[in-house]
Amino acid sequence: MRIGVLALQGAFREHIVTLEALGASGVAVRLPEQLGDLSGLIIPGGESSAIGKLMRTYGFYDAIRQQHGAGMAVWGTCAGAILMATEVLDALPDQEALGLMDIAIRRNAYGRQVDSFEADLDVSGVDDGTFRGVFIRAPWIESVGDGVEVLARHDGHIVAACQADLMATTFHPELTGDPRLHRYFLDSVVGA
Amino acid sequence: MTENGTTTTGTLRVKTGLAEMLKGGVIMDVVNAEQAKLAEDAGAVAVMALERVPADIRAAGGVARMADPTIVEQVVKSVSIPVMAKCRIGHFVEAQILQSLGVDYIDESEVLTPADEEHHVNKWEYSVPFVCGCRNLGEALRRISEGAAMVRTKGEPGTGNVVEAVRHIRAVHDEIAWLTGLRPEQLFTAAKDLQAPYDLVKWIAENGKLPVVNFSAGGIATPADAALMMQLGCDGVFVGSGIFKSGDPAKRAKAIVEATTHFEDADILARVSRDLGEAMVGINISDIPDAERMQERGW
Repeated sequence: MRIGVLALQGAFREHIVTLEALGASGVAVRLPEQLGDLSGLIIPGGESSAIGKLMRTYGFYDAIRQQHGAGMAVWGTCAGAILMATEVLDALPDQEALGLMDIAIRRNAYGRQVDSFEADLDVSGVDDGTFRGVFIRAPWIESVGDGVEVLARHDGHIVAACQADLMATTFHPELTGDPRLHRYFLDSVVGA
Repeated sequence: MTENGTTTTGTLRVKTGLAEMLKGGVIMDVVNAEQAKLAEDAGAVAVMALERVPADIRAAGGVARMADPTIVEQVVKSVSIPVMAKCRIGHFVEAQILQSLGVDYIDESEVLTPADEEHHVNKWEYSVPFVCGCRNLGEALRRISEGAAMVRTKGEPGTGNVVEAVRHIRAVHDEIAWLTGLRPEQLFTAAKDLQAPYDLVKWIAENGKLPVVNFSAGGIATPADAALMMQLGCDGVFVGSGIFKSGDPAKRAKAIVEATTHFEDADILARVSRDLGEAMVGINISDIPDAERMQERGW
């Protein structure tokens, strides 16, 4: 199974390493023409404003929407979750989102870096105990639409959600070495 | 590190994690809110708030200190990307002030005049993460042992001359490669020679890489310079004087951002390198008296 990882900026290498460890083929995607023949795409953590600007310059917005329409699953972590949303709260004035997933997400919701944190999460669909969530200047999901299943909450806020072949997590599974959410994406989201 | 139920802030993983998110990106020096906005608009992943860019610090001479808190605050308010700020080497009170101002990263920097010629800040005492400069592996590991959550090779700041940045990234990688070829009993002597803690030396020998993100700094002035450092294996770049000392800062900043992402694509590098206007005037390293070389600062 070929899974792309958007490699414009951010923690894309760690996603590729985890995918490869699970037997999938991880592809670093730097240009829109690399999106063909992918079963899924991960938009990694990084700076959502920087990634968004590079996406616009290189024509990624329409290309990702088009490939998603043709069956490519999408998972966004942190900045990637912001880019997938239909509504971004506290966005930059010109910030564009893909509008794929029916969620409203709040950027830098917890505050600055000193407010970044780790916490144990119960994630629905992920077995064998809690998942260590690493939240770096993280957003939270403020509200979700009807078709969206909430997978995890922290302190009342939604931090993981799923909608058919779309998944959003506001924390960083790629930083912990725990492959269970990558496994969930490959098993339950890709091809959903 | 503070604990609140199962929620923990200020952990090493949270500190190094922000640096992980900056990878593949460009961190730009800015001296006011207007420059910070321009950097954010160009696609910078973070800005470094300071009173003068290194080229101006070099020209002005005298003692260079932490920026006025008003400048730092204005920059923090003007952008939504992370904001870094510099304290003097060993000046732990400037570091305390910067943490109180809410900066996202502190750069304990040789660009400013050192406050202590023997000791660096004990960076474990802070919940805000630190980045520090290095010229070789030993220096990088000493900073990491003091609690740095990110390092950057120093280069020679404020020169627009990439030669020292190249020297330093090569030195770090050559020494990592050397360690990975040693037998276990040789690592004790290697630690002594590198003047670095044995446990970190052993970790490098086993893993073949640094335990934290390493950016390149000090002399990057063009998109090609940024791509050169990326191809040499750094994780991202700091551009100090190179942007706002050039003819068209907005265009050059955006070009360096694109070059850092597409560092292996010569067609894109050729396109973004065109018509950028005047680059900053560079300085030959041999023209700088030894006492004025910023890279020599740090122990």
